[in-house]
Amino acid sequence: MSSHILSWITFTPLIGAFLVLLIPKSYKAYVKWVATLTTVITGLFTLKALTLFSLATSKLQMVEKVAWIPQFNVQYFLGTDGVSFPMVFLTALICIVACLASFGIREREKEYYFLYLLLETGMMGSFLALDLVLFYVFWEIVLVPMYFLIGIWGGPRKEYAAIKFFLYTLAGSLFMLLGILALYFGSAQHTFDWLALTQTKFDPALQRIVFLAFFAGFAIKVPAFPFHTWLPDAHVEAPTPISVILAAVLLKMGTYGFLRFSYPILPSAAVWFQPAMAVIALIGIIYGGFVSFAQTDFKKMVAYSSVSHMGFVLLGLAALTGNGFSGAMLQMFSHGIITGGLFLLVGVVYDRAHTRDMGAFGGLGAQMPLYAGLLTFFSLASLGLPGLSGFVSEFLVLLGTYITSKTWAALALIGVILAAAYLLTMIRKVLLGPANPKWNGIAEINLREILTLVPLALLILAVGIYPKIVLDYMTPAVQSMAALFGGTPS
Amino acid sequence: MNALESLRFFVPEAVLLAGGFLALFLDFFLRNKKWIGGFALAVLVVTACLCVWPDKNSILFSGFFALDRFTYFFRFLALSVVAVTILLSLASPETSGKNEGEYYVLFLFMAFALILAAAAVNLLAIYMAIEFVSILSYLLTGFVKKNPEAKEAAVKYLLFGSVCSGIMLFGMSLLYGASGSLDIAAIGARLGSPAWTGLALTGLLLMLAGIGFKISMAPFHLWAPDVYQAAPTPVTAFLTVAPKAVGFAVLIRLLSASFPALAWKWQAVIMGLSMLTMTVGNLTAISQVNIKRFLAYSSIAQAGYILMGVTVLNVTGLSAVLIYFAVYAFTNLGAFTVVSMVSNQCGNDDLSSYAGLARRSPVPAACMTVFLLSLAGLPPLAGFVGKLFVFSAAIEAHYVLLATVAALNSAAAAYYYFKIVRLMYLTGPIEKTPVASPWPIRLALAFTLAGTLGLGLFPAPLIGFVRLVLGQ
Repeated sequence: MSSHILSWITFTPLIGAFLVLLIPKSYKAYVKWVATLTTVITGLFTLKALTLFSLATSKLQMVEKVAWIPQFNVQYFLGTDGVSFPMVFLTALICIVACLASFGIREREKEYYFLYLLLETGMMGSFLALDLVLFYVFWEIVLVPMYFLIGIWGGPRKEYAAIKFFLYTLAGSLFMLLGILALYFGSAQHTFDWLALTQTKFDPALQRIVFLAFFAGFAIKVPAFPFHTWLPDAHVEAPTPISVILAAVLLKMGTYGFLRFSYPILPSAAVWFQPAMAVIALIGIIYGGFVSFAQTDFKKMVAYSSVSHMGFVLLGLAALTGNGFSGAMLQMFSHGIITGGLFLLVGVVYDRAHTRDMGAFGGLGAQMPLYAGLLTFFSLASLGLPGLSGFVSEFLVLLGTYITSKTWAALALIGVILAAAYLLTMIRKVLLGPANPKWNGIAEINLREILTLVPLALLILAVGIYPKIVLDYMTPAVQSMAALFGGTPS
Repeated sequence: MNALESLRFFVPEAVLLAGGFLALFLDFFLRNKKWIGGFALAVLVVTACLCVWPDKNSILFSGFFALDRFTYFFRFLALSVVAVTILLSLASPETSGKNEGEYYVLFLFMAFALILAAAAVNLLAIYMAIEFVSILSYLLTGFVKKNPEAKEAAVKYLLFGSVCSGIMLFGMSLLYGASGSLDIAAIGARLGSPAWTGLALTGLLLMLAGIGFKISMAPFHLWAPDVYQAAPTPVTAFLTVAPKAVGFAVLIRLLSASFPALAWKWQAVIMGLSMLTMTVGNLTAISQVNIKRFLAYSSIAQAGYILMGVTVLNVTGLSAVLIYFAVYAFTNLGAFTVVSMVSNQCGNDDLSSYAGLARRSPVPAACMTVFLLSLAGLPPLAGFVGKLFVFSAAIEAHYVLLATVAALNSAAAAYYYFKIVRLMYLTGPIEKTPVASPWPIRLALAFTLAGTLGLGLFPAPLIGFVRLVLGQ
């Protein structure tokens, strides 16, 4: 089993999805348990892979390679390294958590969990595929279940949000497909193999064109300014667990794409586009921060804060230094667990109050002390309180950026300040202040909800105190990336 | 090879023809006309079994038809499409009645005509075969005599088709007059010199009118929506696939045999027409409210993508065309199978009939979703393999503009394909009863679904076969 561990990680959810379909109507109550069990088994496989993972090498590990379409040199090629493994771990964890958070879904459960598990297969495959066509296949597989999950179980404007998300991402990814094909025909040996492509020196002009094509696919997914407009709609309309997955995993697919494909395969274009990437990142950080500050809707505020935080990932990439890359990768991980947690918390209060208007709350801290504690913890993590994971990653990004450009680092700091502003304002409006009598007797956060949040909180704390537990996995990959751009390994 | 020697290689077609006449004869005696449909299916299966892989290319009937691997490929395509159409017709109330026997006979002749058209390598043979296909199509469109819209569509189809074939014939006469030969390869050899460029190009463009009509290429697509909407659903399913396939077969034969020297001229023309066709098809499809009309425009757009492969016309381009056609045949016929199920029950083809289909008949709705996603070119479905190939053809030839326009079009197309998906899954049902699924429909659905999923997940055998057909 350990010889095909990555395939098991990828396809266990798919098997579970079909099992869910086979459950007869009279046993409907078991659907969610089968789904949860599937995500847990996937998690166990991921843990198994964790034990097999070697920290010493930057090479690909647990590789599986079989010809898929031999006439076109397409392979079934899975493998992992320091760039993808933390993402796989994050996906496995978030999928378990979000599955538990899905227990509130009562309508069309069978379809829901089928699509949910299909989505997990797509996400795992995207992070593990190292053949560009295979990667594209998984990347697109993610879109379809996401469309349904937002469109069927979402809020009032679900249909609009679902199709907007779908079309935006699809349009971007079609350009990515053209870029993939251009690499195929541009490489002497005509290959989609990631490893072979990283070892090929492409003509700088071709690199720039392909970089742009990839940019269309990845930047929309991140989402980088000005392609972020699908995000608030999708996040706000999606049901809570799906918002969690969107924020924690789907956005990472975009930055993962940059890290995995754009930068290693197209290094000269990455240098050429460095200023542009930095500008886009900075606009995202600052603009996202200001827009978050202006929100009255709780969920929208968290959604826009993602634009700002994902800007840090892009900035870390644009810095092209070892610290920048480490920071970017760690920020991907820590934004996943922090914002995932924040969306869960938004969901908790929305389930009870059926409103997300922050102005309508007040003094909830007295009514729901446990909830207040958790919300404060996650908010502080998000605004970068030292000792929690958000601080370490943003600090590393700023450190990496400082070497490249002091101005960029200074501008990015505005984003950190803004984060404090909007998150503390949110806490003031929701938890503190005069108690709104309307919420007297609102139920405290329940055990299941706490169970979904605790693992995330523990991880945030652990990474914040001792970041090496995650960074160690990333270091070899970061060093080889930094070496590509002549940077000093950190 | 003269006519007598050729007959040896003509057995499958002879069986088809004999089967057609026999079915006509049976029509006098059998009261239950469904048996004739069953007989027609049997004839198609026997014909398919008789088709043998041609070891060498041979020219039959003194230069009229080529029996090569290309013909072999289109033989199977034509036979499968006709077989699925007959399955759909067996369950369709539209085509039932006392004339039903003739209907199946027409389809057997149609299969014969399609194979001839794909095999034709002589201007005269091309013209006759295309006309044969066209006349049968006119008849089938207006087959339901009581339906005034179908009659109107048939007449429209006839008028439009006649004008286009007239123009094509004129083009052919120019080519014949200049080269003194009807053989497409000989025309290519004689008109290759620069002195003939103007005339050869004129002849080609005029012929494009006739072929463009068959493949519903813009601006010769205007007949398609009306005809597709009014014809009986199985006939529409058939018309969106088979005549187009042979149209493309003829176009490919013509361009590669007669006009290779002019490639730099016609490539720009075909490229422009490809972009025009896909854009017109996609943009018009968005606002449709009738499912058959909707799929009609979608099929016009699909023809635009296939033209991308024709534009390039190297090995990648040619494989792209053949592969795209194979996957498109499965996918589009599959979509029409579901359309047929729904319209058999609801008695109309309004998009609103699809509201909440996922609740009342989950399996057909799921199948329809698979087909629509495949038409939109999403992996891991068959449509993606087709898209991958046409895109690679364009990229390999450095036609960045073409590839970009096609990418934008694919995104726009996803929008309207998802309109149906939205209706099926995101809106509540108006009607509660599940749609009926008699065995012929189930068989057709299983066949097309297996093709759509199978070719998407494991495209290697198909690609290998196509490469073999192209002699690679």
